Amino acid sequence: MKQTIAFTLNGEAVSCDVDVRQSLIEVLRDEFEMTGVKEGCSVGECGACTVIIDGQTMESCLYMAVWANGKNITTIEGVAAEDGHLDNVQQAFVDAGAVQCGYCTPGMVLSSEQLLADNPNPTRDEIRRGLSGNMCRCTGYQKIVDAVELAAKNGGVKTDNRNKIPFHVAN
Amino acid sequence: MYDITGYHEAHSLADVFAVIRTDPHARIVAGGTDVLVKNRAEAATYAEVALIGIREIPELQGIRLEVDGTISIGALCSFDEIEHDPIIRQHMGLLAQAVSLVGGPQTRHMGTIGGNICNAGPGADSSPSLLAYNAVLEIQSPTGTRHLPIRDLFTGPSQTVLKPGDVVVRINVAQADYQGYVGYYTKFARRNALDIANQSCAALIKVNDQQEIQDLRIAFGASAPTPVRAPHAEAYAQGKTISADVLKAIGTACLKDTKTHSGRNSKAFRDHLVTVLPGRNIMTALKGDE
Amino acid sequence: MDKKKIVGHSEERWDAIAKVKGQANYTGDFSFKHLLHAKILRSTIAHGYVKSYDIAEAAQMPGVIKIFLPEDLPHHLYSTAGHPWNLDPAKRDIEDRTMLTRHVHVYGDDIALVVARTELQAKKAMLKIKVEYDEYPVYLTPEAAMAPDAMRIHPERENAFASSEVGFGDVKQSLKDADYVIARHLTTPVQQHLHLENQIAVAYQSSDQRWTCISSTQIPHICRRIVAQANGIDWSQVRVKKPFIGGGFGNKQEIIIEPLVVALSRALGGRPVQIALTREETIAYTRTRHAISYDMKIGVNQDGHLTAIDCDVLSNQGGYASHGHAVGGKGGTFINALYRADSLRFSAKTVYTNIATAGAMRGYGMPQVIFALESIIDDAADKIGMDPIKFRQINHQPDGFYNQLGQTKQRDFLIEQCLVKGRAAFHWDEKLAASQAYKTGVKRRGVGIAAFSFGTAVWPFGLETSSARLFALPDGTFKLQVGATEIGQGADTALAQMAAETLGVPFKSVIRDVMTDTDLDPYDTGAYASRQTYIGGVAVKKAAEEMKQKILKRAETEFKVQLEHMDIVDGNIVYRADGDLVTTVKDMAMQSYYDWDTAGSMETYSSINVHHNSYGSGCSLAEVEVDIETGQVKLLSLMNVHDSGKIINPLLASGQVDGGMAMSAAYGLNEELLYNKAGKPLNNNMLDYKLPTAMDLPDLEGVFVESQDPLGPYGNKALGENPDVSPAPAIRNAVKNAIGVGIDKIPLTPELVYNQYQAAQKAAKGDL
Repeated sequence: MKQTIAFTLNGEAVSCDVDVRQSLIEVLRDEFEMTGVKEGCSVGECGACTVIIDGQTMESCLYMAVWANGKNITTIEGVAAEDGHLDNVQQAFVDAGAVQCGYCTPGMVLSSEQLLADNPNPTRDEIRRGLSGNMCRCTGYQKIVDAVELAAKNGGVKTDNRNKIPFHVAN
Repeated sequence: MYDITGYHEAHSLADVFAVIRTDPHARIVAGGTDVLVKNRAEAATYAEVALIGIREIPELQGIRLEVDGTISIGALCSFDEIEHDPIIRQHMGLLAQAVSLVGGPQTRHMGTIGGNICNAGPGADSSPSLLAYNAVLEIQSPTGTRHLPIRDLFTGPSQTVLKPGDVVVRINVAQADYQGYVGYYTKFARRNALDIANQSCAALIKVNDQQEIQDLRIAFGASAPTPVRAPHAEAYAQGKTISADVLKAIGTACLKDTKTHSGRNSKAFRDHLVTVLPGRNIMTALKGDE
Repeated sequence: MDKKKIVGHSEERWDAIAKVKGQANYTGDFSFKHLLHAKILRSTIAHGYVKSYDIAEAAQMPGVIKIFLPEDLPHHLYSTAGHPWNLDPAKRDIEDRTMLTRHVHVYGDDIALVVARTELQAKKAMLKIKVEYDEYPVYLTPEAAMAPDAMRIHPERENAFASSEVGFGDVKQSLKDADYVIARHLTTPVQQHLHLENQIAVAYQSSDQRWTCISSTQIPHICRRIVAQANGIDWSQVRVKKPFIGGGFGNKQEIIIEPLVVALSRALGGRPVQIALTREETIAYTRTRHAISYDMKIGVNQDGHLTAIDCDVLSNQGGYASHGHAVGGKGGTFINALYRADSLRFSAKTVYTNIATAGAMRGYGMPQVIFALESIIDDAADKIGMDPIKFRQINHQPDGFYNQLGQTKQRDFLIEQCLVKGRAAFHWDEKLAASQAYKTGVKRRGVGIAAFSFGTAVWPFGLETSSARLFALPDGTFKLQVGATEIGQGADTALAQMAAETLGVPFKSVIRDVMTDTDLDPYDTGAYASRQTYIGGVAVKKAAEEMKQKILKRAETEFKVQLEHMDIVDGNIVYRADGDLVTTVKDMAMQSYYDWDTAGSMETYSSINVHHNSYGSGCSLAEVEVDIETGQVKLLSLMNVHDSGKIINPLLASGQVDGGMAMSAAYGLNEELLYNKAGKPLNNNMLDYKLPTAMDLPDLEGVFVESQDPLGPYGNKALGENPDVSPAPAIRNAVKNAIGVGIDKIPLTPELVYNQYQAAQKAAKGDL
């Protein structure tokens, strides 16, 4: 039950043979060593496995690997600059104290990236709604919301000079 | 790994029908937010079956306003797409509001309205609104096309009249069923996101300048084995002027059409909500401040 | 001289960058060639005995390596509780389990194991095993399990397997003496930790022929001991490695799956075997917060004087003893820590039942007892018509009180300051006044408060030891090794700050472990009881002081400046008097490696045993809006005020407060693990178990009353668990303030609130 898929992963064209039974998270972690994609529930209830697919956050545990064919996918490993420098959202998570155990962090950062790409100046309520698909047990979300506000203030998500993140530019 | 025996990517309805012909147990998967969850749980008829992907089929895509004013929603439209669609926002605000309350952002990006109604969960967020709009489903099967009012779709919890090979292609709402109405949906749940409704209620109403009810449509989720309309209350409301007593009577009349049972909440409390939510929805809808 | 303060500064947590980049490796992120996957076959009854297994079909399933029944694994009795070992057998945790069992004590008990090449193959084979049971009666509550005709869940001991009574004075007489007696039956639900990373462990035989277990554990050194005990092998034969952990909150202070993976690897020639619990398994079949009920009476006089606090406690232990009576029996000491009364009686029983085994969870009994205490205290204030903050102010213990129940003098006990600061910072009076505009109509508003006390670490009830090792690297940085465990709370960062502060070097000069490893890291019992900065901090301080002396000694020898005239500031060795440079730490470190005559690398090691405790305190203030038509409670604002001594890292400390407040708010409003009559868990998934989302919480405010604890190594005392104690009762009291009904049960579900409000309305009408 193998099938070959080709897609863009963090800006790079890739292809691989997948078992049609595989989920996207399995392929990202096992074939591409993108272990920043975390599994928390396997059924789309926690958001830890969030990735960005064609400009929308999705849960890679509920996404069949074969569906990735032709898609543009960003994982947490594709967010920082090539030289390793953190982007605004990542830096704000560090600065605002939004990181504790770190298990929800990759998914939370990606949801924040997409939220700011779609809405560069969100209110706190809009941030809460944008992150409502990502569960966190450590922070009470307080400093995560703070971090997204801070990232927005610091210039938000740069969609122009960083084509690795396939954000659709909000009107 | 999902516990499936194979995967077919259908590029046309003919592809779907061809697979079903050779493998009647193959199951259609759209967004995956329900089918793949049940597969993980090894639910009967969801695991150890082949899946047919329908994401690439053109007929199931997009939202359009037909020349006769009918709004036609492709079954594969995601909740997010519907929530933000300008046609839906302008004409079917109740539906836009209802689907905005589904799960979280990721679920709204992945889950489809067609999947939501075909899975026939008693508390599915889109069902009460679609019932209120008198939505009609365009269903294609190997034997042809038919149109089925959504009221006739549900037969029980997670059960519908659909047979293997039936594909809900589009969801249509006639102009007369949305024009001039305002509505509001209450999702009664324990969380403000990532939840399913313990109970839900949609109200769609048309009033004249004297605050007389021209038409009222009330539908409930998770208040009966299937999503239901409340025809007794709707008939009672016809021509009435809105007042606290009328709203209360509407709520009480709803109990004639709902059929609650005790679960996490007791029957008494669920029935209480049946009587309270319609009036609250009507007042919020008319205030227009959703 | 300007000495740079590192303790007290919000240094960036050392692992934050790795975590935002997805570089931090957790247990599941290590790859192994030919990893085998094990699945636990779980009982589908809650109480009984497995008469027979039929594994014929399962054994033939693709990919199956082997199926293990209870007879196939070692049978040593052990306890999963993560406490230090006790040399006195009478004081050990109750050893009432083996690795697999035919005797089923809980729904989902471990009755067999399937090992296969993939997880899916293991799962599918597991589903093919057929089991026949003898079924026994199922007891869900302590009351049911204590009925005269109830059968013993563990034949070796009674279902009510532990009890205790503490107190002083004559409560009966004191209650008689009171102007008013208030009696309440208060109950708390089963809560689950819901750490985002499920339990996961891998074991394999390493090249030295010992057994390595990589695990998401809060207690690596204790894990080593329990794995060895369960397997019946020497403790030294086990090596535990703890990488990054996706939260624990006490649930990983239990050694649940680690013995199994080691046993399986041992049975399979040392091949790597992994158990990764699903979310459904983690919620239902690991550990929970004890559901505890309190029959409480207090006597109060019209002037506010408390005459008596009398409390009978029943703690629902579930199927195995685990942490046992240590949780439910806790309370008397901390009631006494918080309030003065003429007499006190706290009598507790812990009882086996057939619901999930309860264990350690953030707060360890305190969220339960404080919910009960602060509800009835608030009701007493209402009874005499006194402002609830003032009522607490006239009754709390003074700073310096000697608590004979905890054998601890409450030094620097600042509850008064917390109450005063909370009243002002929360704008209590303004919010209370504003709520008056919402006392009719559908939406009612109110405010509420609850106070708490909290110990630091476990002395005198348990052993408190720790150790630390430091070595200087050639470039003048220092490697810090501790057994104290980072589980996301930031302990490693705080301990590194302490080391840097004492050494006199920049924070970045202290390098931490990315992995706690029992072969390499010195002994510490691990992350629990809010102990690590307090106990581990003592070890770190001592190792750092000795290292500093070594460095200065070397400088003294080299530069002939007397040691007592020198200090280390920001990595420079300077004259104490004026800060003039003598040399640098870097030069001395380099010399320690390579100087022809004097080379000898600098290492220090400390090992400490602490025999004291510092009590923290604080309060929560909440504002709610209650919809009386639907019973829905909206939390409008929530503030915690903490007396936790010196705050080592304000940003990280504030993060601990946020997280604890969220956990307790949800405890009060929403979270509860439910069972059907047969003991089957009903909501063991994240859709049905109502962990709050970002849309379910208001902005959380945390305030500190900072001071210098006289016994804490850097003036610090407990903070990790404290924030999770008092928000729930503050919310309960706010709801009472809004609708006039004090509800004795959490969570405050809409139906409960609605029904209680309706019942109160009916009762009021009946009175008329």
